[in-house]
Amino acid sequence: MAAVSVRDVSIAFGSMPVLDRLSIEVAAGEFLVLLGPSGCGKSTLLNAMAGLIDVEDGEIHFGERNVTWEEPKDRGVAMVFQSYALYPRMSVRENLSFGLRMARTQKAEIEARVARAAAMLQIEHLLDRRPSELSGGQRQRVAIGRALVRDADIFLFDEPLSNLDAQLRNELRVEIKRLHQRLADTTMIYVTHDQIEALTLADRVAVMKDRRIQQLAPPAEIYNRPANLFVAGFVGSPRMNFVEGRIEAPDGALVFRAGDRRLALDAYEFARRPAPGSAATLGVRPEHIGVLEAGEDVHAWSGLHVDIVEPMGADSLVWCRDGETTLAVRMAGEKPIAPGAAVRLVLDPARASLFDPASGERL
Amino acid sequence: MTSAVVTSTDRARGGITARGRRPRRLTAGRIGLYAFLASAALFFLLPAWIMLLTSLKPMEEIRQGTIFALPLAPTLEAWAAAWGSACTGLTCEGISVGFWNSVRILVPSVILSVLLGALNGYALSFWPVRGANVLFAILLAGAFVPYQVFLYPLVRMFSSVGIYNSLAGIVLVHVIFGMPIMTLLFRNFYASLPRELFNAARVDGGGFFTIFLRVMLPMSTPILVVAVILQVTGVWNDFILGLTFAGRENLPMTVQLNNIVNSTHGVRLYNVDMAATVLTGVVPLAIYFVTGRWFVRGIAAGAVKG
Ligand SMILES: Nc1ncnc2c1ncn2[C@@H]1O[C@H](COP(=O)(O)OP(=O)(O)OP(=O)(O)O)[C@@H](O)[C@H]1O
Ligand SMILES: [Mg+2]
Repeated sequence: MAAVSVRDVSIAFGSMPVLDRLSIEVAAGEFLVLLGPSGCGKSTLLNAMAGLIDVEDGEIHFGERNVTWEEPKDRGVAMVFQSYALYPRMSVRENLSFGLRMARTQKAEIEARVARAAAMLQIEHLLDRRPSELSGGQRQRVAIGRALVRDADIFLFDEPLSNLDAQLRNELRVEIKRLHQRLADTTMIYVTHDQIEALTLADRVAVMKDRRIQQLAPPAEIYNRPANLFVAGFVGSPRMNFVEGRIEAPDGALVFRAGDRRLALDAYEFARRPAPGSAATLGVRPEHIGVLEAGEDVHAWSGLHVDIVEPMGADSLVWCRDGETTLAVRMAGEKPIAPGAAVRLVLDPARASLFDPASGERL
Repeated sequence: MTSAVVTSTDRARGGITARGRRPRRLTAGRIGLYAFLASAALFFLLPAWIMLLTSLKPMEEIRQGTIFALPLAPTLEAWAAAWGSACTGLTCEGISVGFWNSVRILVPSVILSVLLGALNGYALSFWPVRGANVLFAILLAGAFVPYQVFLYPLVRMFSSVGIYNSLAGIVLVHVIFGMPIMTLLFRNFYASLPRELFNAARVDGGGFFTIFLRVMLPMSTPILVVAVILQVTGVWNDFILGLTFAGRENLPMTVQLNNIVNSTHGVRLYNVDMAATVLTGVVPLAIYFVTGRWFVRGIAAGAVKG
């Protein structure tokens, strides 16, 4: 049974629809990440789950309960707000304990929980300060702490780590994951723009755009088998390469062809088989392209030159181009190849994606 | 720094290196500004100054007609008379009776109207009330209708429920007439607060009154100060409502001041009149002095953000 079930929910601000008959089921104990471009309605969906926005149409169920008309305080959710929303006239300690005091928790219990959350978020030394005396990252940690001390069944996180430095972000990401493992039947719904967060934390990822959920699947599937062009382009950094071309069947077997470059599709798993001759967009991630420096391979794509090399620490992004076509390739090492060098590329058809350019759907 | 490294911009400024605080130059515009401010201050201060001087003079000095002259023999007699023995109509107990009446009217009126205004503003800006905008518009219209229009109907209503000519009656009238402006003030203040703050409190389990008392009210200090000042001056300076609704026992200070100044029998005691007038103005003055800093801050806070 789903812990959170959003059924055909529509929400509009004035005449502008933000969510349009959106449905999503989140299992008890699941960690769901909402991913999507700015303004696509992630916060709105979270607010609707918390009961802070009335839905225009549709239902929201928590377990057996239909909570569509319930007040936020009766829903048993804890939430981290995108804008922190700390109570300005309360100290950090009072901010953290406010929800517990509302729930008439015992004093000793409150103190223990606040201490535990403060230790985890490294804000023990800030407990007696006011929010206005904190930095952005410190405020954000207090906002997370305010949710963590609560005894909720459902946690809603709206970009909780967006303002932290890389180090703290990694630490807290791990802490949130650990927390989720410890509270085995707590459901967490987590909005982020950070792909690493999405891919590392999530049991499933929902990619949203245009008032709808574009794909809802485990992170590996989102990454390896994106359902459409949007998901393919949105998930993954550096971005997936796209090449326009056609599907052909010169001798029975399907082949992708762009100009005089070809990619045999024997190893490709089709979602639906296209008719030979139809247009297609090939998507390949930079790490799924190999560079062939010596040796022969009739299938390799030749005629490309290294344009720019971007070192990224452990590996480098090598931009190869030939007139209109530009392909980014991920290579190990800091300076794997010199700009201007001629390269031949080997694409892995098993890990590539094909899309219908008209509808954007995966082939 | 040696002159050898003076840059071209420095030279353009006459060889002076721009450093530290920018110098203020006295321009014609500035002088005009100061002249205007000074004359405006004078315009308000002069009458007050004359009142103060006159109240400190004995009657003989006043009769000489030198109203700008400092008192030759300053005395507080007129003040004592104004406070304790000046005649207001038939009784001669001074203005102190009116003072205490005004205090008794002021305290409950201000507390009630400010709290109700805050609660109203909070409900209107945060809670989804069907037709909230219409309600608010009506309330606003109420703020602009001259209240003389309401006097007669209110008198009839009050006398039919038996609170006409009583302390409760006059307090209620002040609360009613204060409501539009108080609500407007608080609604605009709360509308400028981030809504997510309210949402966070709701998720944390707060209800209507808990959020108001624990989250919103503590944040409202600046606007509370503004509201209190407005109401204190408004209620204290009120004349017509007090005259109409308070009843003989509870006549406020303003009405009694009028009685003293306009008493027809005997010689006119200008020094007593002046002293009584200054005494009547003391409360609003004190409020301004005590909270002036807060007042300015409150206006700024309401204008920008909490
Ligand atoms: N109170 C509001 N009134 C009118 N429109 C709103 C309101 N709140 C949000 N919107 C609109 O609804 C859409 C979705 O907003 P939402 O805050 O859910 O986006 P989001 O996905 O959380 O974006 P971000 O990643 O930038 O936080 C946006 O186009 C926004 O302009
Ligand atoms: Mg958002």
